[in-house]
Parts: sequence; C-alpha cells; structure tokens
Amino acid sequence: MSEPARFAPWEDPDAKPLIRFRGVTKRFGTFTAIDGIDLDIFESEFFALLGPSGCGKTTLMRILAGFEDPTEGSILLDGNDLAGAPPNKRSTNMMFQSYALFPHLSVFDNIAFGLRRDRLPAGEVRARTEEMMALVKLQDLTDRRPHQISGGQRQRVALARALAKAPRLLLLDEPLGALDKKLRRETQFELMDIQERTGTTFVIVTHDQEEAMTVATRVAVMDHGRIAQVADPTGIYEAPNSTYVADFIGDVNIMKGRATPADGTVSIEWAEGQPALRCATELRLEKGVTAFIAIRPEKVSISSRRPGNSPNAVAGRVLDIAYLGNVSTYHVEIAGGQVIKAQTANTDRVARQEFTWEENVWLYWSETAGIVLER
Amino acid sequence: MRRFGWFNATSLTLGLAFLYLPVVILVIYSFNASKLVTVWAGFSTKWYGELFRNEAFLDAAWVTLKVAFLSSTLATALGTMAAHVLVRAGRFPGRTLFSGVIYAPLVMPEVITGLSLLLLFIGIGLDRGVLTIVLAHTTFSMCYVSVVVSSRLVTFDRSLEEAALDLGCTPFDAFRLVTLPIIAPAVVSGWLLAFTLSLDDLVIASFTSGPSATTLPIKIFSSVRLGVSPEINALSTILIAIVSIGVIAASLASKRSAIRGQRDRRSAVRVP
Ligand SMILES: Nc1ncnc2c1ncn2[C@@H]1O[C@H](COP(=O)(O)OP(=O)(O)OP(=O)(O)O)[C@@H](O)[C@H]1O
Ligand SMILES: [Mg+2]
Repeated sequence: MSEPARFAPWEDPDAKPLIRFRGVTKRFGTFTAIDGIDLDIFESEFFALLGPSGCGKTTLMRILAGFEDPTEGSILLDGNDLAGAPPNKRSTNMMFQSYALFPHLSVFDNIAFGLRRDRLPAGEVRARTEEMMALVKLQDLTDRRPHQISGGQRQRVALARALAKAPRLLLLDEPLGALDKKLRRETQFELMDIQERTGTTFVIVTHDQEEAMTVATRVAVMDHGRIAQVADPTGIYEAPNSTYVADFIGDVNIMKGRATPADGTVSIEWAEGQPALRCATELRLEKGVTAFIAIRPEKVSISSRRPGNSPNAVAGRVLDIAYLGNVSTYHVEIAGGQVIKAQTANTDRVARQEFTWEENVWLYWSETAGIVLER
Repeated sequence: MRRFGWFNATSLTLGLAFLYLPVVILVIYSFNASKLVTVWAGFSTKWYGELFRNEAFLDAAWVTLKVAFLSSTLATALGTMAAHVLVRAGRFPGRTLFSGVIYAPLVMPEVITGLSLLLLFIGIGLDRGVLTIVLAHTTFSMCYVSVVVSSRLVTFDRSLEEAALDLGCTPFDAFRLVTLPIIAPAVVSGWLLAFTLSLDDLVIASFTSGPSATTLPIKIFSSVRLGVSPEINALSTILIAIVSIGVIAASLASKRSAIRGQRDRRSAVRVP
C-alpha cells in the first residue's frame, strides 16, 4: 500500500485558495484591531487562529462572516471579492462564541432554521436535519428547547445548525470553551471526523494551543491584529519564527546572547565566563548581533555529572520540581540567575525523581535541539 | 418576624382609602336601585340594562374600542420600530435628537399635544372623526410602547440576530422570525398599555374628535355636566374593569418577558 499523499495545498504554488485575505485592516475609531493581514486558506483545511485575548481573532471571523466590513483591503472567496456581500448572501456559516441558539425554537427547529430559509421542500429539510442530529448525536433531544439541555448539548446543536447548510466555509469561534477537558478531547476528535467526512473548510478560533495543535492542518498565531506566523502544527512548534511564537506555543527556554556565526552553526555567548552555546541554523547572522536560542524543555537533558562530549552543557542548581504524573519538570537556576526548564518522561514507576531540591546538576542538549531566532 | 404594627396598618388603610374610596363608592352606587345617585335604595343591576339600551352610549363605546384597537396596533408597530432603531442602529448622526423627539410626548402636556394636533388636522383639511382620534392617540401612545420595547431590546442578545442573518435571513426576516417572537411579551405589554391609554384619554380625544365620532370618556364627561346618572356609574364601572384587566395583563406580560429574558440569557451563555 502506498502512503496517502500529504495534505499540504499551501505548498503547491498552483493551488487556488478558497479564501484570500489581501491587506485586510480593520479599525474601530483610532484602534486598529486587524492590521494588514495577508492570508490564504485552502479548500478542506482545518485552519486554527491562535492568539492572546484581544488580538483580533473574533474580529477576523466577523469580517469573514460579513458582520464587519474591512476598513482596508479585500477578501476573496473562490476568487470573488466579498466586499458588500451581506452575511445572508455568503456561503459561510458561523458557530458563535456564545452559541446564539434561538431560545424560542426547539432543537430540531434551530437546526432546520437555515435550511428553511433556502425554501427547500419540507421532506428534504426533515431528512437533512435528522442527518445533522445524528451526526452530533442529538436524536433524542428533538423537541427540547435550548434552556432544557446541557451546555455540551447546546454546543453540539450550535455546531449542527452551522453545518446543516453545508457551507463552503465553517467558522468556529471558540467552540469548545464550555466543555470539560475530557469531553473537549472527544469533541475535538469528533470535529476532525466531521470535517474529514464533510470536506468542509473549517476555521477555528481557540485560546487553547493544545487544541489548535490537535485539530488543525495549519495554525496562525496572531499578535495585536497581525499574523506572527502561519505553519502546520509541527512547524509552529519546532520551527517558530520568533520568540513570541515560541513562547506562545508550549513551554520554552529562551536564552539571549551575542552571535558568532560558523559554518552551518552559530555560537551564542550568553554569559560572562561561560562557554558559548552552539546551535545549528540556516540563518546568516552578522557577527556580534543579538540572537536568541529557543529550546523546548523536553529537549534539555539533566544529569548529576558533567556530560562527556555534549556541545552544550550548563551547570546549575535545582530550584523546583514539578511532578505531573507522566513527566517531571525541573526548574534549574543557571549562571546569571536565569531559570531553565528541563523535562524528563517518567518511564518507570519507581525510579522517578532522581534529583532533589538544591542539588547541583548539569543541563545539556544537542546542537539541533534548539532553534536560533533573531527576534 | 416583626408584627405588622398599628402604625403601618393605619397608613396602609388610609393610603388605600385615599386612592380607591372614590372608585369603590362609584362601583357600589352603580348597583343602586334608586334614580338618585346619593340615596341607597337597595341592590339592582337595572342601570346596566338601561345602559345597554342607550344607543348614544353604545355608539360611543364602539368608537372608543375601535379607536383604542386601531391606535394601539399602529402605535405598537411604530413604537417597536422606533425602539429597534434606537437600540440597534448604534451611533448615527442625530441619534440623541431622535430619541429626544420620540420621548418628548411623554412629558408634553396633553392639552398642547391635543391643540397642536387639532391645528394640524385643520391645516391639512382632515375632517375630525375616528381617523383623527386614531392618529392622535397613536402619536402619544407610541412613545410608551417604544419605552417598554426598548427596555427589553437592550437586554436582547445581538448575536441571535446575527446568527439568523448568517443562516440566510434578510434583516427583515431576522426581525420577524427571531427578534419579534422573543420580545413578543414586551410588545404585547406595550400594546395593552397603548390600548388602555387610548381608552382613558379625554383631553386629546376632545380636541381631535368631531360630531361624527365621540368617545366614551367624552360622552361621560359631557353627560356628567348635566348631572350624574346611575347609568354613568354603571358605564364607569365597566370601563374600570376593562382598564384594570388591561393593566394587569400588561404587567403580567412584561413580568413574563423579564423572566423569559433572564432564562434566555442564561441559556445563551455557555455555563452548563
Ligand atoms: N465593535 C468594537 N468597537 C471597538 N473595539 C472593538 C470592537 N470589537 C472588538 N474591538 C476591539 O478589537 C480587539 C480585538 O477584539 P476581538 O474580539 O477580535 O478579540 P479576540 O482575539 O477574539 O479576543 P478573545 O480571545 O478574548 O475572544 C479588542 O481589543 C477589542 O476591544
Ligand atoms: Mg473572541
């Protein structure tokens, strides 16, 4: 059997995007909520928007849905400019951050609402609505009102309602915020499953970077109305383009210093009297510029003796140990007072916690463990 | 629990007596068998019978109901639209002026409203009759409706309308299919309020009514000037009953709307 082709239309220069943002800016008065965004989203993508509160995620969705007009720039859907198209004329549907279920209608009527607006025959409406209810497992709640069902069920009604019209583009604004962690996990997989089966293009907003990494084909990290980076989950995690992105996604140690480039690597002098850190990079850095090394905690090893031939070894003292069950994170203070996190997997039930507080240890990592960043 | 002291009891009794004694006396005397209003001669419902044989009163009652129904319906439509604009349209040039203009009739002396309407109707050559009373009542009661409806709309979750648009509704359909059913209790309560206001009104109606149409309050007022008859008492009792029912229904409707609004807000937010 052959490997299924990797889904990566963004790498194909000939691929036509479903959605294209061109220099989209949105200002509220003097405040710029969206700042010159250029972005392509492709058919059948599961695209995640990630960013701190107030960075403009909801605003971007509202522009896509047609509730706000961009102040500058344009959005193309299938190559057609969306400017001036009201929300009811767009082939997008939105699942609201607040769900926005119609309180005076039953679950069935909520889901059928959009289909009825298309003046479909009653039989077709019924069939499609029942199909949607089955999809989100709500068959037993047909006649209930939104206030008579649980938060998780409401969320699924909202999802089914947005999906019912089979939109080209489905916008999900923090769809899983109300759910507990376990249900959230299940629903994430359900969402991916639905997305795969329907082939709909999803754009999801989330606060939860783990969720974005789980469900998305690509992740965009936003910062004050701009897009800091767009990449697939691995790319965002392993090859962030800035300390902002590295810091936003997962845990990271960032060390700052002066760069001395060598062939394919760079040495970073990070503290007086300490050996420089070596890191592989393709960046062409000037000698003496300020640069950063970002290293994930799980890529930092910890040892009680000085490692023999590691390119990067730093002495330190254990400040704190966080035992999380599956992993332990050691907080180690190194020269200059910086605290570096090192994570070890607890693979053995008994032999965990080899190090204790105040113990002097060595941290070490390989040349390719970290990534060199210019900002 | 503290006892209901004699002081409280007295003030309550005095207050209620002050408010309702005249009304109670009127109601009691409407069941008086005597022709003389001030002399009690036993219980009887004959004045009610007389009343229903009095053509002039019946005509006036019919005009009053017609005017109340038409004007409250018109006022509800216009007042709801005005409230929607005020609450929804956000900032637009002249918004403050617009809301001021809508609410001004609330504090305008009725005599002035009546007089200015009279001048207008004469100016445009409109014959005074049912139509002019309806128009006049609509102008002053629509601001009450818009107060009632806009107080409901400010707590109405905007995203419900957006969801309706998103699912393919035109703005009008979104209003008709989503907003209106949800705020219906407030609209009904506004209608009932407008209906009762129109039923009650003497001043504006007397400016805008003509020989072809007289409303009950005008009829009562003019016949009282010739002397109070037991028939008038009976008629007033009926009016009091209708108005009380209207007011109670309106307050029940608005209470229901408030409760429903709360429940909807609770189910709209995502707390399970
Ligand atoms: N109608 C508006 N008028 C003025 N400012 C607005 C308006 N809507 C949003 N903003 C501002 O735009 C910025 C972005 O808001 P937005 O709702 O897009 O944030 P968000 O990324 O969705 O945040 P969260 O994660 O908290 O939902 C915020 O600073 C917000 O205050
Ligand atoms: Mg948001």
